[in-house]
Amino acid sequence: MRLILQYKCAVAGLGILLLLIGISIYTVIAIPYSEATYLWRAGEGIWLECPRNAMPSWINIFLPKKLPETIILDTKRGSVGATKVIIPFGERASKLRIELEFNYPYDDFPSEINLFYTANYSRSSPHITIYWIKPGGKEMRLKELTLKKSGAYYISNDEKIAQKLHDYIYQKFGEEPNYAVSPEIGLFAREDSSILRVETTSPLKGRYKMLIEGTIFERNVDVDVKLIIYGKVYGVAGTDHLRRDLSIALLWGTPIALSFGVVASVTIAMIQMIIAAISAWYSNKIDFIIQKVTEVNMILPFLPMLIMLSVFYSFNIWMLLLVVIALSIFGSGVKTYRAVFLQIKEFPYVEAAKAYGAGSLRIIFLYLIPKVLPTIIPSLVLSVSDFVFLEAAMALLGLGDPIAPTWGKVIDDAYSAGALYKGYFYWVLEPSFLLILTALGFALLGFSLDKIFNPRLKEI
Amino acid sequence: MRRELYRFLKYSIKRGVSLLIVVVIAVYITILIANMGGYVDNIIKSEVRFRIGMQVNQNPAYKGLTPREKGELIEKLYQKEIKRLGLDTPFILRSYQYMVQALTLELGRALYLTSDTGSRSVKNIILERLPATILLFTTTNLILFFISLFGGLYASRKYESKFDKLIVGLSPLSSIPGWFYGIFMILIFASILHILPYGGLVDVPPPKDPVSYALSVLKHMVLPILSWLVGYAFIQTYVRRTFFLMFSSEDYVEMARAKGLPPRMIERRYILRPTLPPIITDFALTLISSWMGAIITERVFNWPGIGTLFYMAANLFDSPVIIGEVVIYAYLLAITVFVLDIVYAIVDPRIRLGVT
Repeated sequence: MRLILQYKCAVAGLGILLLLIGISIYTVIAIPYSEATYLWRAGEGIWLECPRNAMPSWINIFLPKKLPETIILDTKRGSVGATKVIIPFGERASKLRIELEFNYPYDDFPSEINLFYTANYSRSSPHITIYWIKPGGKEMRLKELTLKKSGAYYISNDEKIAQKLHDYIYQKFGEEPNYAVSPEIGLFAREDSSILRVETTSPLKGRYKMLIEGTIFERNVDVDVKLIIYGKVYGVAGTDHLRRDLSIALLWGTPIALSFGVVASVTIAMIQMIIAAISAWYSNKIDFIIQKVTEVNMILPFLPMLIMLSVFYSFNIWMLLLVVIALSIFGSGVKTYRAVFLQIKEFPYVEAAKAYGAGSLRIIFLYLIPKVLPTIIPSLVLSVSDFVFLEAAMALLGLGDPIAPTWGKVIDDAYSAGALYKGYFYWVLEPSFLLILTALGFALLGFSLDKIFNPRLKEI
Repeated sequence: MRRELYRFLKYSIKRGVSLLIVVVIAVYITILIANMGGYVDNIIKSEVRFRIGMQVNQNPAYKGLTPREKGELIEKLYQKEIKRLGLDTPFILRSYQYMVQALTLELGRALYLTSDTGSRSVKNIILERLPATILLFTTTNLILFFISLFGGLYASRKYESKFDKLIVGLSPLSSIPGWFYGIFMILIFASILHILPYGGLVDVPPPKDPVSYALSVLKHMVLPILSWLVGYAFIQTYVRRTFFLMFSSEDYVEMARAKGLPPRMIERRYILRPTLPPIITDFALTLISSWMGAIITERVFNWPGIGTLFYMAANLFDSPVIIGEVVIYAYLLAITVFVLDIVYAIVDPRIRLGVT
């Protein structure tokens, strides 16, 4: 053990692997698998409060211009800045006044603005008017709405407001803006000549207010609204095109990737070695059959076979693991190990064991395999990342586990959504970083183990 | 002399027959898997029934028929179509026929895919895609081969030099596969710098004159090749270097040195000559497996080769195309192995005489 620690590489590799194992343990305990898959597959419903394609929050540390966080003002939850007054008016009606006030200190525009509401009336629906007040008191009427029992007003999608803002800018400056003014830009933009160019337009910092005035035509009716100013950053990992928090997939990808890689690599090496030992020890018909099976297996292209099987049977991750193992146990490793075992077979200690009457199985498992085992540990460690990437590759072909969130799945989503074209680099880089970290951990450990177990290489 | 020739022939035939048996078994397994043991038949049958049902129901000529007559008509057309597709014989029998056809390279017709010229013949579909794959991956592997050969020689000559240490230090880069570097290459050179294309074979629309067409293809090849170089060049150079170093400490090399032969000559005659056969084997096998195994690289770079074709065929359950590709691959691999075996038998008397 002390020998291993001598190598800084090994320590670094071990450190990385311990970190990844730590993340795995935390994930498995903190987010149960069922919850993770539920959240990942649930669709947009439960992710309504998250922005779409938001970068991770910590990116703001490195940016000169601060990207906005999501601002949520909910009268039901009693968010700071949200006040609601309902005053009885006449016989049955009442007046409603909701003020949603928030501070906007960011240097970029929000990505989306939505207003969700609930109204528990029984027959006549309340009627409201929505106003937008910029810092400095500039007021604009957005919309008149007759409320349903629950619903949403997607301000960003409101073409009328976009047109109104465009006309307003044209009137004020006598010039067409050189871009399509979307509501989230128009409602937040600084109103000077910079608004005319898409490159120069910037948000006005300060306290904004949304004012909702309305009339309720029944007694005991309550109206609640939730205004969401979607930001451009979210959480530790950001979100994807379905507003899902990427950190779930990134966290859960860790235990899946590690266990997939380690189980595949260890099982395959062990089984290959046992088969090779048997083949070398008996060297008769069994040997012949094993060699032929290996040759057939080597002629069959591994990846295409795996793809074919996955398409036809759509495996989950553990079935995929089993099939990978099944396709690999008669791989080229059998031939390599067999050559080694053929040499060891002639060693005096094996002869001695044979002489005192040890059975074949005893010799194979207690004399042959333990002799070779240490020398293959480095390559075993090194091959773990091959299988981690294999899983990612399968996911990238759309053949990964249909339910489990994995790193490869995130890359696949990003790829399919054109993340590289659209500039959502974080979406590709985060899972890639974790994949590289895993590969690096196993590579550092494997190469330094190689130096310890196979010192012959060091001399050369 | 005669006895040697006899032995050599015996060895070649033995090797050839054994490889042929291996290919036959591999192809049969592929046929079984690609048809899911007959399950694909059921999919095709239900699709045929659905299609004929739709045709009959929508055809105004059959409007006057009673539902029963219609049912009979559908059944009749269905049986005819099944017979046309050859699905009326049991699967086990057909799998045998398939195998014979596949082995004689009668690859049949695709179920869904067509070539760009509209042909349904599997041979045409594969032949149309093959050049793109061979172009990209043969170029890549040739570059890799020469880099690793000369890099390895240089590093072993300058053992413990800066170059050598660089190669050793960078070899862990290969624990990440080439296609994965491809993503980063695209990110850097296409998304950020905008100097190279995201993927594909040529610009859209393809240039008319051959020179600019070739240049455009070349431009599209840069990133895939580069990503494979980053992924595999260092480790291969490292492997070669270690290999050369092992051989350069052999007694006969020491002897040659003691004789005072020039280093170049030692390299050529005493190190390269014995090490070249395994290196070429390695190259040949890598080359052939790269034609098949680069499905993911082709997907990342949207390269229209046989990897992409395989992926498309698998997704459409188009078993004739899948089987066709695997058969061609198995043949190529078996032929390569056979040729290499024979060449070694000629070159190396130890193999010929059955001493290993």
